[in-house]
Parts: sequence; structure tokens; C-alpha cells
Amino acid sequence: MDKFSVFSARLVDKTENFTSGHRACQGCAEALAVRHVMKALGRDTIVAMATGCMEIISSPLPLTSWKVPWIHNAFENPSAVISGVESGMKAMMRKGKLPYKKINYVAMGGDGATADIGMGQLSGALERGHDFLYVCYDNEAYMNTGIQRSSSTPYGASTTTSPAGKVSIGQHTQKKNMAQIAVAHNVPYVATACSSYPFDLMDKVKRGADTPGAAYINCLSVCPTGWRIPTEDAIKYGRLAVDCCIYPLYEVIGGQYKLSYKPYKKVPVTEYIKGQGRFRHLTDSDIAFIQGQVDREWEKILKLCGEGK
Amino acid sequence: MAKPMEKITWQEIETGSVVTEIGNARQYETGSWRSERPVVDAGLCIKCGVCWLFCPDSSVKQAPDGHFEADLVYCKGCGICAKECPVGCITMVSEEG
Amino acid sequence: MAKVRKGIEVSIAMSEAVAQANVDVIAAYPITPQTHIVEHLSEIVAEGHLDAEYVPVESEHSAMSVCCGSAAVGARTFTSTSSQGLALMSEIFTIAAAMRLPVVMALANRSLSSPLSIWNDHSDVMSVRDAGWIHVFVESGQESYDHVFTSFRIAEDPAVMLPVAINLDGFILTHMIEPIEYEDDETIRKYLPDVKMKNALHPDSPVSMGCFGMPEIYTEAQMHRQVGVVNSYGTIVKAWQEWGDLTGRYYRPVETYRTDDADYCIVTMGSYGETAMEVVDSLRGEGEKVGVIKLRLWRPFPFEDFRREALGKKTLIVVDRAISFGGPGGPVASELRSALYGVPGAPKIVNYVAGLAGRDVARVDFRNIILEGKAKAEKGDTDGFTLYGVRG
Ligand SMILES: Cc1ncc(C[n+]2csc(CCOP(=O)(O)OP(=O)(O)O)c2C)c(N)n1
Ligand code: SF4
Ligand code: SF4
Ligand code: SF4
Ligand SMILES: [Mg+2]
Repeated sequence: MDKFSVFSARLVDKTENFTSGHRACQGCAEALAVRHVMKALGRDTIVAMATGCMEIISSPLPLTSWKVPWIHNAFENPSAVISGVESGMKAMMRKGKLPYKKINYVAMGGDGATADIGMGQLSGALERGHDFLYVCYDNEAYMNTGIQRSSSTPYGASTTTSPAGKVSIGQHTQKKNMAQIAVAHNVPYVATACSSYPFDLMDKVKRGADTPGAAYINCLSVCPTGWRIPTEDAIKYGRLAVDCCIYPLYEVIGGQYKLSYKPYKKVPVTEYIKGQGRFRHLTDSDIAFIQGQVDREWEKILKLCGEGK
Repeated sequence: MAKPMEKITWQEIETGSVVTEIGNARQYETGSWRSERPVVDAGLCIKCGVCWLFCPDSSVKQAPDGHFEADLVYCKGCGICAKECPVGCITMVSEEG
Repeated sequence: MAKVRKGIEVSIAMSEAVAQANVDVIAAYPITPQTHIVEHLSEIVAEGHLDAEYVPVESEHSAMSVCCGSAAVGARTFTSTSSQGLALMSEIFTIAAAMRLPVVMALANRSLSSPLSIWNDHSDVMSVRDAGWIHVFVESGQESYDHVFTSFRIAEDPAVMLPVAINLDGFILTHMIEPIEYEDDETIRKYLPDVKMKNALHPDSPVSMGCFGMPEIYTEAQMHRQVGVVNSYGTIVKAWQEWGDLTGRYYRPVETYRTDDADYCIVTMGSYGETAMEVVDSLRGEGEKVGVIKLRLWRPFPFEDFRREALGKKTLIVVDRAISFGGPGGPVASELRSALYGVPGAPKIVNYVAGLAGRDVARVDFRNIILEGKAKAEKGDTDGFTLYGVRG
């Protein structure tokens, strides 16, 4: 059964390492992504998490949704905190202060934590080559603080700090390509993923965690609240993002690009855009412009993956 | 079982405000947020588990006969399961009236 | 017990103490005048003299973040910074204390920009006074060396679990060559056991750290911290006493010099103590009944010790090394005024701010400060502060 069908759902581990009782909005596919990631990682994991939706909704004192050792410290620093966790464990195990154990060291943060405020710290940790996996839950804005733009917000999206208006299209810059920034650090493993494709996501998380050295996964995480879509459509929009090729799924293993999934039929980007409140103001010509961008970026990825024309 | 936060004295705070009772968020029942409830037609259910896999709140469970249904203690009523069920055997039903 | 006496730069001695303390993780970013400490530490690790992870981070904010992660798994953790570095890491500096992570820092005190200056005063440490760390001020190379061990012992004590900053004056101390008595590793092992952290992050006993606090519980969490910091006093005094019993070098929260029959005292914190003592000696020769009070422990503030030394004196002349702009004066004087407020028979307090950004405060300056301060107190001129030596 290929990993882009979901009919082997029952084979997935039933253990929940990120429990119910969390306070994410209804239909939050970012919380769903966390759930999948934690299934793939298992209990022998230490998580360092950035401030943001996933931290707030999972840890209101005295309650926690986490079943693994978990630390939140600040907004911008999960990469540095996990660097310390990994270094401390490594030193203590080497010195015999702790018995050896294989542990996954994982840092997590939203797109704001990753692509904006924590970018330098992520770069530092990737460059130093700590043995860790970084997962960015990319919902394309600062959702926790009320849907402000980030550098990962796509062109044309209206947010509370990039509002569409008479003289503004909303976000007028291009989405920062974090996966390729990670690739530029020459780390052994980089991937893009999405919780609408849970098997692919879980495979990549396992591979990233098993890779010695630093690994980075950018996980598109649909946020019904911020994208202004009906809650039941959270999975659908993730799928559409991949099918219209605005968000290609690929891996970069040891510098080699590999496409994870090629849609049978490339869906027009308008199918993805229409229906999302954040893009409601876009005109047909705006959408045509975006289609052009998507086509160009998709060709680039195909070429990198050796699938170009 | 953790005490409600408004009952906790400072002496009961763990050093560094660490929480030692892992996964205790389960005592917070998010089912009360719901305005619609997913109802499964057990006869049609093919027991594929897709609804379980896509629930952001881990609030789908398997009944003894193998079919899947919502755990209403936590189900927030987002409707993802109903939308994603490959045979369309889940219906969202209003909680009112 | 084999002690060795060396003439050595204080920064080097401190880093060798860190190695003797068998630290597991060092994370630091270079900044003058702290650089010799971290350079030498990375060399010690590179040469294999200390089995530790030296994490060469890309900023001080990351340095303290790495320290938080490593202390959270129960690893012995050291860092060092100064001035702008401390300011940059201040967000995480506070969090380290709130999360009760027992990091030890050598804080080579330096002025804050602007104008950019690399020289010594106390404006960096005063900007994080209320973060919840234990703050110790050292006066000599020997003290710098000794307090590395006592600070780890205090920080990691299960009853304390707080980070400790060892404040040493940049250049004035960090770059001095002084005779320092080294303890042997056996003595250190006896004094400083391995870290035993109750809630360290580990998959075998998972916990959640750094949770979110609603208004209903935030106040209780802060009360827990406040009590923790206040109660650390007992452990601090005990750790210093035991160090003294082992090495013959005893430390107290408030140190005094020729105060027994003194009418008035100069109050210092950090490396000014030695000059102050010399000046006091010469003034004694002239018949002045003057002494020195030196604050070693800044947080938790040793109220009892300080009042014991202060009461019975007529005047305290407090030398601050930082300004609280638009506020009541120097931070130390403000603290002492409030510690004595409403106490019957409390001495008058005259405040000088001196030696900003390494401006030399020579013996003659101390002499001026003491005599002028005494005269001011006699006139009842005790408000605010004087910025000593300012032109214009
Ligand atoms: C230093 C600092 N600046 C700003 C904030 C406020 N803040 C908290 S979370 C957040 C946005 C989080 O956005 P993102 O990382 O994308 O995560 P999301 O909530 O979208 O999952 C902001 C701006 C903060 N906590 N700390
Ligand atoms: S705002 Fe978006 S990301 Fe945050 S909890 Fe709600 S749905 Fe999830
Ligand atoms: S409605 Fe949403 S929360 Fe409820 S069971 Fe279905 S997917 Fe889960
Ligand atoms: S998705 Fe539908 S068919 Fe599959 S288990 Fe759930 S209810 Fe049954
Ligand atoms: Mg976000």
C-alpha cells in the first residue's frame, strides 16, 4: 500500500504521546501534525518547543498533554535549548554519569519561531551539527498572537499585520523557503511534509530522527482559524496545497533531492485559493499571477529532483 | 488527578513549576466545546480507521465490534472525520434539540 | 591535601576551576572582558583536560538557551558573559531562574552601551538584579577561583536549584595576575558531588517543564520562587562555611574591615574593597574612626547581616558603580536605604556613583569620597547621589 493512500490507518501505532484535552481550536491540523509527529517519534524522545499555539494549548499549568519529557523555554530558542539537551546528555553518557540510551532530540516551533525570530538560532544549531531533528509547524502566520504575518505567509494572504486594503494585496512578499535554507546548511536530512499526508509525515519524522546529525522538516499545518476555512476542511486544504504544487513534498538526503509525491493531475491553484478567507480579496489576475509563480517554483523543484523536462 | 489551578497553593507548586503527572490534560474534557456531534452508521463503517487517523484531538475510538466512533468526552465537533470518511458513514448532528 | 600556589591570570584560574569542577557543558559567546575565560575553557576541552561539550553558540541568547537545555537534563553547566552579552541574553537569564536551572555564570562586569565601552562598572548586573539569580561579588583572584566551586555547590543543592552569577570586575580582576592557591581534585570531589536533579528531563521519568501559567496560578508560582531565593541564604552560608573548613578560606555574606569601633564606613561591592581598605588604614593613622563594609552576597540580600554591621554606625558612604537613571541614586545605596528604613538609630547614607566604565578611582579619590561624604552627612546633605569626578 503506498504511503499516499490512507487505508492502512489501522496499522498506525495506537499510542498517543500527545494526549486529548489540549486546547487547540476545532479542526486544528497543526495539533494533528504534532500528534502524528509524536506517534512517529515514540517515547524515547525529548522535545524542546517554542512559544506559540502548540505550546499554549498543550501546557496550561498544572496540566500537560505531553507524555514524553518536554521543555518550553522561549519563543525563539528551541534549537538552542535542544542543543543544550543533546550536549548535556551526550557528555553525561560519555562520562558514565548516565547509562547510554538512544534518545531522539527534537525541537519544534511554528513558522514564526522558525523562519523569523528563531532563524539565527536554528541556523546555529544546524551548522554546529547537533544530533537533533527540527520540526517547523508551518501554518503560515503567527496564529497564537492573532494571525499576524510571518515571513512564511504566502503572497496575497491577508493577515492582521498584512491586511488586504484598497492599496494593498495583503502579504506582498514571497514565502520564505525554509527547507532550502536548511539545505544550504548541508545537513544530512531535510524534508517537507503535511499532516494531510500522515504516512509520509511519519516516515520522514522517523528518517529525520534516525539520521545522525541535524535534520529539518517543514510541515505545512493547516490552521482553520487563521486561514478562515471551515474546520472540517483542514485536511482537504493540505491535500490541495500539495496537489496544486504550491507546497511540494520532497526530501533532500545528503544533498540529493527526491520528490515524495507527484500529483497525477496538477490542480489549478485557484482551487486551493478560493474558499480560503485569507485569499478572498484576490482577483482572477492576482490568482493568475500566483499560478505563474507556482509553475516556476514547481519546475525548479522537479529539476532539482531530476524529474524536470 | 491535578487540582484545579485556582485551588493550588504556592507550597504545592513543584520547583520550577514542573508538571510531573504526564498527559494529565486528559482531565480537561474538551467535549463541552462541541456544537455538533459525529454520528457513525456502524452498519456502513468499513473499519478503515481514517477518522481515527485524522482526528486532531485523538478522540476517535474503536468499539468492541471493530467499528470506529467519536469519544464524546474530547470530541470538539470539527467535522474532519465526517468529511474524510471514505464511505461517508459519519453525519454531523446538532447538539441542540 | 596538596595545595598549589600559582601566579596566574584570574580568568585562567577561573576556567581551571571550572575544569576541576568537572563541568559537562560550557556554552558561551565571546565578549570583552570575559573572553580569556571562555578561550581558555575551549582550550582545556580541546586538549582533553576536561571531558565536556563546549558549545560555540552564535549569540549570548543562545548561550543561555543552551545552558537551560543542558541544566534541564541534569548536566553541570557553565557560562560566562559581560555587558551587551548579558543584555542580549536577559530574556533567557530570567527564564533560567524561573525554571530553577542551576547554571553557574562568571559575569565579568562591564558598562552598558552607549557610548560603547568595554570597561568595568556594574551597570550590566544591575539591569538583571530582579531576575531571580543568586548574585555573589568577588574581590580577588582567590575569591574568583573559590567561588566557582561554592557556586556549583549552592546552585545544584536540591533545596536551592537556582542559577548563580559570580560577579567579578572586568579587567580590574579578570585580567590581573594574582597569586592563587589551587585545591587538589580530591578536595574538590569531596566538596562538590555530582548533580542529582529530581526532575531532570529523561524518557525514563518524563516531566513537562516551562508550562503556561494563567493568572489563577502565576502568583503562586512567583511565591514559590521568592521563597526559594530567600531560603537559599541558609545553603549559601553553609556551603561557604564548609569550604572554609576544608581550605581555611572563609566567606561571609557581608565582610567588614576595621568596623568594630568605626563611626562611619565606606560600603563597596566587588574589587574596590582592597583599595578602600588601604585608604581606611591611612585615615585610621590620621585618627579617623572609619571602616569598610563589603557586600559579597547581593541576592538574596543579606538583610540581617547588613543591619548587624550597619547599626551603631553614624554614617555609611556607599560607592555605587551604576546609575538608576531618574531614580533614587545608585542601586546599592537605594537597597541599603530601604534595608534601614524605619530602623531606629539607623546610620545616615551618603551615596557616590564612581568609576563608571573603568574611570580610575584611585586612593586619593577614595579619600575624597570618604571625607567629603562624612562632611555631607554631618550637614544632613544625604539626598540622592553625587556622580564623583564628573566635569562641568
Ligand atoms: C520574544 C517574544 N516576542 C514575541 C512573543 C509573542 N509571541 C508568542 S507566540 C507568537 C507567534 C507564534 O507564531 P508561530 O511561531 O508561527 O506559531 P503559531 O502560533 O502560529 O503556531 C508571538 C509573536 C513572544 N512570546 N516572545
Ligand atoms: S489558531 Fe490555528 S494553529 Fe492555533 S490552535 Fe487554532 S487552529 Fe490551531
Ligand atoms: S468531529 Fe473532529 S474532534 Fe470530533 S471525532 Fe471527528 S475529527 Fe475528532
Ligand atoms: S472513516 Fe468511516 S469507514 Fe473508516 S473507520 Fe471511520 S467511520 Fe468507519
Ligand atoms: Mg505560525
